Amino acid sequence: MPAKVLLIDDEKDFLDIMAERMGARGMDISTTTSAENALEMIQTESYDVVIMDFLMPEMDGFRALKLFKETRPDVQIILLTANVPEEKCIEAIKLGAMDVIEKPADLNLLTQKIEAAKTLKDKQK
Amino acid sequence: MGCKPDIIAETGLQFFGRISASISHELKNVLAIINENAGLLEDLTLMADRGQPTDPARLKIMAAAVQKQIGRADNILKNMSRFAHSIDETVADVDLNQTLELFMALTERFRTMRGVEVDLQLPASPITIATAPFFLMNLLWLCLDFSMSAGGEDKRIDLVAEATENSVHIRFRRLSGLTEALFAAFLSEREKNLLAVLEADLTAEPQGRGIVLQLSKIINN
Repeated sequence: MPAKVLLIDDEKDFLDIMAERMGARGMDISTTTSAENALEMIQTESYDVVIMDFLMPEMDGFRALKLFKETRPDVQIILLTANVPEEKCIEAIKLGAMDVIEKPADLNLLTQKIEAAKTLKDKQK
Repeated sequence: MGCKPDIIAETGLQFFGRISASISHELKNVLAIINENAGLLEDLTLMADRGQPTDPARLKIMAAAVQKQIGRADNILKNMSRFAHSIDETVADVDLNQTLELFMALTERFRTMRGVEVDLQLPASPITIATAPFFLMNLLWLCLDFSMSAGGEDKRIDLVAEATENSVHIRFRRLSGLTEALFAAFLSEREKNLLAVLEADLTAEPQGRGIVLQLSKIINN
């Protein structure tokens, strides 16, 4: 089964090209520019991995992370973000994020992280 | 000058840091999009090596996407340069309309993050004032930050500039959550010191729902 991935970022141009490249690598990709919309999507669909920007309109990254984990405790969350201070990264990991990757990212590295996240989620079933 | 330079320096550095961090974040986002386009180009090259033809129209779209981001980065850096040079002279003649437009560009991400829309209303004719441009933007930022908190559910603020005979008024309006107590709490030492540097006054509008920054057209310090 391909990894079912939800990609959240307020940069639409970034989302579109990431979705294209990740889709070409065999992943099942959904996208949204809104954290609130993402929460609704997570409530109705079961994703293996959520990849989210930390700084987004509408919702603070910590709050989004908490709500996503409360809604789907088994979902693996990777933060893909620009310029987040180290202490915030550590706090995000404590709140349940699997990893933090800085933009611009290496897609091969991100793909490895997604595969590892899916394996982790499958083991938790 | 009647103010405490240490508070001014600290407040100014905090403001400079916040804007610089925001610019850095924006540029990282630009680089991320360019990086993904380069990656996609690499993907297409690998597919071409395996005999899958590349669609020239797709390459054209990618080139346009990169050019768009380069234009975006160029604007960000031009604004950053203007902002950095705003501290070159303590007092300078500035076009207030241009200063407010630069201020809006520099603070766009903060407004977006808080879901607040600001309608900038400028007079048709330019207003030139002799002021401390960096500290003016610093004070405008503190007023905007406060206004975004006092804006209530509406999340729309009118930012209106107008000239009178001897002064300039910059109004932050439609602050439905504004109260006397909130405004009183806003005016801390840092705001008071910036007001002293700029020889300015900050008041709540008589009917409420807004604050008015009254600036001297020429400051003497």
